[in-house]
Amino acid sequence: MGSATERDMTHEVLAQLLAERTGQDLSPSRRWRVETALSALLRESDATTIDELVAKLTSPFGCPLSSRVADALLNNETYFFRDQQVFDVLAKSALPKLIAQRQDKRRLSIWCVGCSTGQEPLSLSMLLAERAAMLDDWQINIVATDVSHRAIDVARRGVYTPFEAQRGLGIERMIRWFEEVDGRWKVSPRLLKPIRYQQHNALHAPPMGSPFDLVLCRNVLLYFDKPTRQQVFSQIAASLADDGMLLLGAGETPVGQTARFAPVKDLTGFYCLGTPDMPEARPRTAEVPARG
Amino acid sequence: MKNCLIVDDSRVIRKVSRHLLEGMGFAVTEAADGKDALAQCTAQMPDVILLDWNMPVMSGMEFLGHLREQEGGDKPRVVFCTTENDIEHIRAAIDAGADEYVMKPFDRETLHVKLQLVGMV
Ligand SMILES: C[S@@+](CC[C@H](N)C(=O)[O-])C[C@H]1O[C@@H](n2cnc3c(N)ncnc32)[C@H](O)[C@@H]1O
Repeated sequence: MGSATERDMTHEVLAQLLAERTGQDLSPSRRWRVETALSALLRESDATTIDELVAKLTSPFGCPLSSRVADALLNNETYFFRDQQVFDVLAKSALPKLIAQRQDKRRLSIWCVGCSTGQEPLSLSMLLAERAAMLDDWQINIVATDVSHRAIDVARRGVYTPFEAQRGLGIERMIRWFEEVDGRWKVSPRLLKPIRYQQHNALHAPPMGSPFDLVLCRNVLLYFDKPTRQQVFSQIAASLADDGMLLLGAGETPVGQTARFAPVKDLTGFYCLGTPDMPEARPRTAEVPARG
Repeated sequence: MKNCLIVDDSRVIRKVSRHLLEGMGFAVTEAADGKDALAQCTAQMPDVILLDWNMPVMSGMEFLGHLREQEGGDKPRVVFCTTENDIEHIRAAIDAGADEYVMKPFDRETLHVKLQLVGMV
């Protein structure tokens, strides 16, 4: 990399690009990772330094490249049944509760926000498929979205390396729901069937399919600043059924961030729209985006 | 504290696995082949065994066959940990009495979940 000012400029361009496309901050603490994150892209785009890569962004062909640069800067870390305890609560309490609530309509609509390469919606799809007898004539829709084109492409393909396929999965589930094809693990079409993958920014209006009975937004909010988080909370609140639930990641909470959600009693990590018996959490009008 | 026996002919793999397992609170012992592992099991049965497939002297599969015949040999949970990553090997391991299967390369998350599934963490 060049001089200190050049480096600052480069980082500023990258930070702006990431903020525009994803709402994320390229905080100074994440800057040291930029070079590693972009190294593969440097090779692919014939640039030798990050400054050179950034210069290419301003060329007439810069648009697809900027989307790839933003993609490369995102952290897509995920694995099957991430936080096993949460999935236990989901399987034993939350899903049965939702299924009981929807006995009449026999329909479940779920939105996975920031689904990365698909492991999270697939874990959900597995839980539901393993209850097939109960949900026989039900219509199940899982809308799974991520701002990263690359992540959505991988998710749509549904083919994983052995390293990815076994992360979080017991061998029994792996051989039940995947087929080994030449050293890669291809997910069963049955699991993919209820899932609709879509590239989508969580800061924008919710995707088609609302009202959702369950929204998962796990390990996504932690990369945003408070106003951006509030914006995402508002979009989720707008997309959720009145009696629906939101599931956040470990360590993520609406407390101190928004008054639109309140914890669901006895279901750790789950939140519902504010209810009259929790006045402090009742939805307020127009608590929206501070960020443009 | 639970005991884990790592059976692998690669010193590097043993070292990495030991590091991960100790981090999860296991007391760790090591063997470089199936025969050595069998001798150690005769002296004291571990709670869980992390078992490589291809090893000199005695392979993982051969070891597993002998182990399950030994008195108390049904007790340890056996997690295969190998580069044999195809479905035929996986099925053969399960048929032979393995409880879980890890494909190399793996990381802490993978190992932790597998050990959770066999009731060891
Ligand atoms: C750390 S991953 C978490 C994946 C999964 N939810 C889990 O918990 O395993 C975060 C994901 O959020 C996505 N993401 C980041 N900003 C986003 C935005 N503004 N809209 C939608 N997805 C976003 C990233 O691309 C990444 O795939």
